Amino acid sequence: MANIAIPAASSAQAAGKPRYGSMSRDRLWALRWSYVFLVLFAFFFLLPPIYMLITSLKTSAEISAATNPWWVFHPTLENYRELLTSNQYLTFFRNSAIVSVTVVTITMLISVPAAFALSRMKFWGSATLATGVFLTYLIPETLLFLPLFKMFAVFNEWTGIQLINRWWVLLVLYPTLTVPFCTWIMIGYFASIPKELDEAALIDGATWTQTLTKIFIPVALPGLIAATIFAFTVSWAQFLYPLAFTTSSDQLVLPVGIITTLIKGDVFNWGQIMTGALLGAAPPLIIYAFLMDYYIAGLTAGATKG
Amino acid sequence: MVDAAISAPHEVAATRSRGGLRRAMQRKSSVAFFMALPLISLIVLLVIYPAFYSLHLATLNKSMERFVGLSNFTFLFNRQTFWLVVKQSCIFAITAVVFKALIGFIVAHFVHNIPAKGQRKWRGMLLVPWVIPPAMSTLAWLWLFDPSYSAFNWVLAIFGIDPVPWTGDAYWARFSVILVNIWIGAPFFMIMYLAALKSVPEQLYEAAEIDGANWWQRMWYVTLPMMRNIIAITALFSLIVTFANFDIVRILTAGGPIDMTHVFATWSFRVGIEGGDIPLGASVSLFMVPILAVAAIFILRDITRRGSEV
Repeated sequence: MANIAIPAASSAQAAGKPRYGSMSRDRLWALRWSYVFLVLFAFFFLLPPIYMLITSLKTSAEISAATNPWWVFHPTLENYRELLTSNQYLTFFRNSAIVSVTVVTITMLISVPAAFALSRMKFWGSATLATGVFLTYLIPETLLFLPLFKMFAVFNEWTGIQLINRWWVLLVLYPTLTVPFCTWIMIGYFASIPKELDEAALIDGATWTQTLTKIFIPVALPGLIAATIFAFTVSWAQFLYPLAFTTSSDQLVLPVGIITTLIKGDVFNWGQIMTGALLGAAPPLIIYAFLMDYYIAGLTAGATKG
Repeated sequence: MVDAAISAPHEVAATRSRGGLRRAMQRKSSVAFFMALPLISLIVLLVIYPAFYSLHLATLNKSMERFVGLSNFTFLFNRQTFWLVVKQSCIFAITAVVFKALIGFIVAHFVHNIPAKGQRKWRGMLLVPWVIPPAMSTLAWLWLFDPSYSAFNWVLAIFGIDPVPWTGDAYWARFSVILVNIWIGAPFFMIMYLAALKSVPEQLYEAAEIDGANWWQRMWYVTLPMMRNIIAITALFSLIVTFANFDIVRILTAGGPIDMTHVFATWSFRVGIEGGDIPLGASVSLFMVPILAVAAIFILRDITRRGSEV
């Protein structure tokens, strides 16, 4: 906290003659303290994932032994081998992958044309709809899962189509979480494209579809990538809907699968649970590692665009 | 400028086919409507309809055959667990949001302090808790809090401190649940505040320094007023998400011990899905609406105000 006290002292001296030497020394101390605290915070923020990795490399015997839990004495990849050859875990992973990729596709097909229409082609009620889209984004899934559950049960009675306890029910549910936000940030990106650009295209005789695919999508590509990443991570991480709507072990997605099948009664196979969780966290982490700037752009766009 | 550019061809066209132009405009709005139609039907069918349907459900009896008016609500009001859940949801959301905001604000300043070259790397590391799916990272915390193998207790034992019942004791369990929520949410605040810090013009600080402002004065009179909007809107967003949170409590404590960590979302799941009483569960979750609505109104006001400024 040296940087709090010292600038006050130096500003008192500033009336006399400026002392550049002490200023730069203050800066140096501020910098050192910043690094010290950043290391502490990074330690706090990275501790659980690191501990996941440590545990995933241990045997069950070592986990239950009374040794130092923060160190791996006999590293082994047995947990990884077991999970990656277990049909059940691979089913969860496959379900998660299919659901997430399909939801991303559905989301983009719905929200990109809608955002284009709302940002450029005014129609009756379009301004209200844009606000409505944003409000929808603020409605949490914890408010909707019970009425939706009942709705699908009634739907089954009427049509005979079973939706509950089928993984594809998630394809219907997840877009309610992804579409409003993606539409919202795409409206923001589209609105930032200069009007001259599409007016020029329209004068040259382009149709609205051509304007969208040839001009808006290429120009707003960073926003499109950010929206795609958002839709993927939300679908991959969603926990409440699959927990409420799917129960058979072959219909589960990863987060629910790990929690309901690897925890058997009171027997916790922590080595495998941590391995499963780490592998389940891998796809979002890998996307984040490669596309960090888009990820952060999408994150900050929600509140700063508009 | 734009008008000048497009008015020339329009004049030519307008003399010839005024009716054709009007028809084109009509077509444009109907094309737009069709482009937005999937979005509209999704929102109406899967968000607005269920929202009102849950109001209807809340007035039915357990088997959903008979209209019972407000008796679900009077039943809840007479139940002690319900008031416990109300209290806990508020404690959980407010404490977590305050600490997330504080930690996010502090960390954002430290990241902002270091040379721009290294900022990307630190920012990348510090955002990891937000990127990992909450269900997965909460499992890691569950294991760190394990009653018999807790790695934290192992460290505490070195210093001669008795093992802490992280999820076993009601008050510790509340602490643990809030701690995990802060851990997941603080990086989001950090990113938002960092973006806000970067948007404060450097000249303001230089001017303040020339005027002899010390560190606190610069913070109070320059940084905070410039960041006020982002601070408020991030906190409101987070309040909504935290208040409606499900994953963390569900995985870490499942509401226990003896319902002392239940929040609205987990209790309505327990009552509605596991207890099979959908109307009662819907009634419980409806109590989230007032707080969510207030936060949403404030966010919307801010967004529309900024929209009209631009």
